[in-house]
Amino acid sequence: MDIDVMKKVPVAEQDPAVRATNFDEVNLGYTRDEAVLEASRCLNCKNARCIQGCPVNINIPAFIAKVKEGDVAGAYGVISESSSLPAVCGRVCPQETQCEAQCIRGIKGEAVSIGRLERFVADTAKEAGIKPQLPECLVRKDKKVAVIGAGPAGLTCAGDLARMGYDVTIFEALHKAGGVLVYGIPEFRLPKEKVVAKEIENVKSLGVKIVTDAVIGRSLTIDDLLDKEGFSAVFIGSGAGLPRFMNIPGEQALGVFSANEYLTRSNLMGAFSEDSRTPIMRAKKAVIVGGGNVAMDAARTAKRLGAEVHIVYRRSEAELPARVEEVHHAKEEGIIFDLLTNPVEILANEEGWVTGCKCIRMELGEPDASGRRSPVPVEGSEFTIDCDAVIMSLGTSPNPLIKKTTEGLVVNKRGGIIVNEAEMTTREGVFAGGDAVTGAATVILAMGAGKSAAKGIDEYLSKQ
Amino acid sequence: MFDVLTKKKLGDKVWLMDVYAPLIAAKAMPGQFMILRCDADGERIPLTVCDYDRDSGRVTIVFQTVGAETERFSRLEEGDCFADIVGPLGNPSDLCDLPVEELKQKKILFIAGGVGTAPVYNQLKWLHDQGVSVDCIQGARTKDLLILEDEMKAVTENLYFATDDGSYGIHGNVCTALQQLWDKGVRYDHCVVIGPVIMMKFACQLTRKLGIPTVISMNTIMVDGTGMCGACRLLVGGEVKFACVDGPEFDGWEVDFDQALQRSRLYRTEEGRLMLKLQEGDTHSGHCGVCS
Repeated sequence: MDIDVMKKVPVAEQDPAVRATNFDEVNLGYTRDEAVLEASRCLNCKNARCIQGCPVNINIPAFIAKVKEGDVAGAYGVISESSSLPAVCGRVCPQETQCEAQCIRGIKGEAVSIGRLERFVADTAKEAGIKPQLPECLVRKDKKVAVIGAGPAGLTCAGDLARMGYDVTIFEALHKAGGVLVYGIPEFRLPKEKVVAKEIENVKSLGVKIVTDAVIGRSLTIDDLLDKEGFSAVFIGSGAGLPRFMNIPGEQALGVFSANEYLTRSNLMGAFSEDSRTPIMRAKKAVIVGGGNVAMDAARTAKRLGAEVHIVYRRSEAELPARVEEVHHAKEEGIIFDLLTNPVEILANEEGWVTGCKCIRMELGEPDASGRRSPVPVEGSEFTIDCDAVIMSLGTSPNPLIKKTTEGLVVNKRGGIIVNEAEMTTREGVFAGGDAVTGAATVILAMGAGKSAAKGIDEYLSKQ
Repeated sequence: MFDVLTKKKLGDKVWLMDVYAPLIAAKAMPGQFMILRCDADGERIPLTVCDYDRDSGRVTIVFQTVGAETERFSRLEEGDCFADIVGPLGNPSDLCDLPVEELKQKKILFIAGGVGTAPVYNQLKWLHDQGVSVDCIQGARTKDLLILEDEMKAVTENLYFATDDGSYGIHGNVCTALQQLWDKGVRYDHCVVIGPVIMMKFACQLTRKLGIPTVISMNTIMVDGTGMCGACRLLVGGEVKFACVDGPEFDGWEVDFDQALQRSRLYRTEEGRLMLKLQEGDTHSGHCGVCS
């Protein structure tokens, strides 16, 4: 195979017209030959800036060198030293702003496709039955750590603590482990059985216990865990919380959903399948409000469930917070983008069902505090998009439950839990990370926080 | 696993089950609810706690088979188990925060409608255990739907019945009963109403007229029940509230019941379709079009 070394080896994807009607994975991943070829583009820099770009600091040149040699097990071993969820990260990390943004190849051409290579290694290792290993020199520590939430932050923290020899139990509120990986990100981006369930099995194979159906703050409190259940430290990775709405007229109408609800029904409860017993509205024409990755996920899910889909976003394309790849995929699948547009009212019929979304055109004004130009309504420009569903994807505000039931836990103005450099909260022995601290962010940032908390917990417990 | 310990039919389509759910039994307080799934493909169904025993891990639930999923619940037998039960969820009743002496000073009336009797029983029993005596009006369409009569009698000072068809107690609904008591000079200074949305709406209209501050408990559509999906939202005093983390109890005078009633119909078509499919079993072809 000849390649242009300036460009990434392309990856096969399902045809847009076909995939818009199914929930199978869009990106088909590299073959072995393609992976070796792409690996050969890595310059193996001595001062590897990509490692600094990775929130969990995977030794990227080292694993790519193993791929080049065809040693997938070796490559998997390198990645596993730093990451508990490589098959997930290879799929959903925003590599273009992290590791790949730092790649020297990217200065004159395209960066090495680190994400696709990571996915190749993780998937191939899985097929070959290769599992992460505990360090040979592991010394078991006689201490129990409780982790709240089996999402990316919790799984990472638990995996790292298990590798350090701690006895770790994860408490998960839902009936299935995975957090946003199972309730939020759709099957076509992140297969649940093939990828997520296997990654979780790998974490369990390190000795981590997972208790589902346990809501910390209700079923047990943090004080119960520390005082009665014998845990020496707690990590809170409970994720984001309540969905935000716009507070515009008509938002209670039948057919208005939060993206969280819509995606949870489809992903966690499997409502996209006709066999599922959890209902989901199969809209004819859906308006998705918002421009982030969650909005793209909701839009592409609605499309696959048979709707014509409009994304309504108040700024312009340049400001869309979603990954470029997600926007690109959405467009390919026929999602219509109504940019510089903002809903002002949701219209409903006499029985309360949504009939339309009244919007106003926007234009960009002066930059706001975030540096982005803030949108201002264009007077008299109101118009209506006929639709039978409106899905609000406007972010979340932190869940108040743990704060409310844990004395001495201080949160910031926005409700995020306050932590120090070691990720310890204002309560001794209680650590936190991920969306519960930062507000809605990415899988990999949550993993980074879980990792750094594991280090913080180890230092804290080693001093005792 | 969450075993079904006992199962009892209380009336037409109304079932009582004791289930083994130690985490909930240890922590449950009056007013809270839980979420159950009968098997690995099941929908998550919220139900209010009817009773619990801290020591043995037993939790009592009462449900009416209104859809396919509760129909499946009713087919579980003693010795079978639920795949998942999680809780307790939501906030305990505000009454639990008041000092017992203050509770004893209050004249409290409970109004229970249909299976809403189950969560009311939990609150009555708790108050009774604290030595607080309260009255209750229990309403139903007809005598056969009045549940837990003996249990209710044991924990109330005065228990009044109202049936729409006059087959037991006062002929009329719970509002008729309250109005009759009021006309006789009986006075209350706090009221708790739990039952069908439409009943809570009319009961609140009356208590407002009579000037009795009233708390109601919402049993809305939910998915996770922990404050993530937002399906349970309702308007209280014009503000969006979430039944799962802000409730389930709210100021009855402030709740927009009409909207809550409308929202409860969201998945009626889908639920009806699933129910038909379940009832007809393998004989269901879906081709006649009745279910679509």
